[in-house]
Amino acid sequence: MTALAPPAVRVKEPTAAGRGRSGSVAWMALPAMLMFFAFGIIPLLGVLGLSFTTWDGIGTIHFTGLTSWKAELKDPELPHSLLVTFEIMILSWLVQTPISILIGVFLAAFKRYRGFLAVLYFIPLLLSSVAISITYKALLDPNFGLGTGLGVGFLNQDWLGSSKLAIWVLVFVVSWQYVPFHSLIYQGAVRQIPVSMLEAAQIDGAGRLRQFFSITLPQIKYTIITSSTLMVVGSLTFFDLIYVLTNGGPGDSTRALALEMYRKGFMANLMGPASAIAVILVLVGLLLAQLLRRLGGRGDESQLEGA
Amino acid sequence: MTNSSFSRRNFLGLAAGAAGAAALAACGSSGPSNKGGTSGGGSSGSASYWSLSGEPGQPIRQAAIDRFNAANPSTKIAPTFFANDDYKQKIKTAIGAGQAPTMIWGWGGGGLKSYVDGGQVVDLTDWFGQNAAVKEKILPSSFGAATVGGKIYAMPIETVQPIVLFYNKKVFDQVGVQPPQSWGDMMALVPKFKAKNIAPFSLAGQSRWTNMMWLEFLLDRTAGSDVFNNVFAGKAGAWSDPAVLDMLTKIQDLVKAGGFEKGFSSVVADQNADQALLFTGKAAMMLHGSWSYGIQKANGGKFVSSGGLGWMNFPPVEGGKGDPSNTVGNPGQYLSISSKATAAQQDIAKKFFSTTLVDDQEKAGWVKSGGVPVLTNSDSLFTGDDAQFLKDMSSIASKAKVFAQSWDQALSPTAADTLLDNISKLFQLQISPQQWVDNMNGVIGK
Repeated sequence: MTALAPPAVRVKEPTAAGRGRSGSVAWMALPAMLMFFAFGIIPLLGVLGLSFTTWDGIGTIHFTGLTSWKAELKDPELPHSLLVTFEIMILSWLVQTPISILIGVFLAAFKRYRGFLAVLYFIPLLLSSVAISITYKALLDPNFGLGTGLGVGFLNQDWLGSSKLAIWVLVFVVSWQYVPFHSLIYQGAVRQIPVSMLEAAQIDGAGRLRQFFSITLPQIKYTIITSSTLMVVGSLTFFDLIYVLTNGGPGDSTRALALEMYRKGFMANLMGPASAIAVILVLVGLLLAQLLRRLGGRGDESQLEGA
Repeated sequence: MTNSSFSRRNFLGLAAGAAGAAALAACGSSGPSNKGGTSGGGSSGSASYWSLSGEPGQPIRQAAIDRFNAANPSTKIAPTFFANDDYKQKIKTAIGAGQAPTMIWGWGGGGLKSYVDGGQVVDLTDWFGQNAAVKEKILPSSFGAATVGGKIYAMPIETVQPIVLFYNKKVFDQVGVQPPQSWGDMMALVPKFKAKNIAPFSLAGQSRWTNMMWLEFLLDRTAGSDVFNNVFAGKAGAWSDPAVLDMLTKIQDLVKAGGFEKGFSSVVADQNADQALLFTGKAAMMLHGSWSYGIQKANGGKFVSSGGLGWMNFPPVEGGKGDPSNTVGNPGQYLSISSKATAAQQDIAKKFFSTTLVDDQEKAGWVKSGGVPVLTNSDSLFTGDDAQFLKDMSSIASKAKVFAQSWDQALSPTAADTLLDNISKLFQLQISPQQWVDNMNGVIGK
């Protein structure tokens, strides 16, 4: 249930004339639907069911109605972990979006050296989160890390052991890993802007900055929404990275919802409350994805007005 | 047995994770090495025995069974070995389903209590009463974690792993100070080491159970063993003892004084960074399990062989009620007999207990692996490079009035997780001693 697909865009009712064709199109969606059902919907229903039970993960499952939900909703760790989740989500969105757009625009120009740079930028995408986390953990070690190795005192901060710094380190590592991906999306979007629009702006005397704000940004509006949806919904499920880097610590400073769920379910053997958290995660994810879609407008106005 | 305790704790979470996948795992056998053919209850002619696979324990366990089977060809024991994580799941499920092996290997404490509550294991109190000779061969302190409600439900086996205060002798010489004799000395050493840019104590704070060892000792030294015994017994409000607040304040004072290395709360024991601080001389002292000796020896170059490593039992606290001989750690591993086994199988198990498990070869096997056996009079076997360490560990274990079990092993998983969570917040100064007590009173008996 971790990676929920963003909700499908509603398609207009096919007209009578097009009905014959749409039949075969529906067929094509079947394999994807089957997979989604088997690995998305069915486990989701299972978790929903488990949230109304008491189970230690080993013995028999007892149906106990709302007991688990009541226990979970009363737990002060729930609002705390929600807060941490939103903090990480907002901070990483704020850091990643401007950087990704700038790199995307920069890489979109057809110049050879930029192509070479693009390859370098995308290297973090090839690494797994766990490998990245372990590397950063070693680099940031306050006693044997980068600071000691290079003899630079400033780098010897208590990066992961101080409540205030740890969350910023997380945001930094998340950004380091995902900025290349979002840059790639923006690069594609910028390349799709009709050259004629930029040429027209140039003729009208618009400078680089003006072109960027008046043409490039409005033109990639939908890409921004797509990329933001991926960032926001994705950050709900950050687990491996936080687990390896801080394990939710120090104390509970970086214990996001996904980690709280793991702790409840697999450390404390409380599967009922853990399932309740999982359901909450799904609801929050769906809500956010819907909200972002609304932000994007109705989706039927033309992006090429005036082109 | 140098790092058995490690992997046990590291994988506690992951092991539990496997439970979620239990339904899937049931589809395919994970293929434990079943050498006997009997599983579950087994036939009446032979008894079954489940334990952990892997070095260095498995060959010693296998050797014990081979000796027994050679001596008793008509009543054989069929062993099955599982990987650590698999075993924890498998044994609980098997016991719950009434398919337990005759002999159940375990860690005593909270796990054993749940078997006892379910009426799944045999009460061995009378048997030990009748076989006093067997009981005398085992260190008395090892029986604590085998005892539930005053009755003995398991036989202590294998090795004893006390937690001791390790120190770097070279660093002490360099700064010109003596190893601490009391809590006051420990606090007084903090500024002396800090002045030389050496961390007084090395601590892998992110691992949480490492922090717990400090509280275990401090509570025992200030209040004796009664407080935690009451918690273990599930008495309401058992943490509300003034001594608890006192020791929690002491530990926060140590944190505030900078007693632990910079960034200790992001150091992880799995990566042995806490061990490295000690043998590189970046830290002066470290409270750790006896298995740390093997790690220092393997990773520290000539640190141990050149006499750099010192060790001692945790020093007393001024005015504390606890006996300074007391220790904490893993007082042994445990073997229980399933109450579902037939009378014939139970007899085989008891014979195994009273003969093979207390013989000299068993003792020698564990010593050779670098551990201190739970069996008494092992000292003559301690020879070679590690002799002094083995002798000292054995003396700490045998002289301890109380050998307390690690709290997280003694309590149920739910209570243990709350405990570890609150301990890490305490060390982070996120909660006050009073909040800690309130939070912990909330999960007593759960």
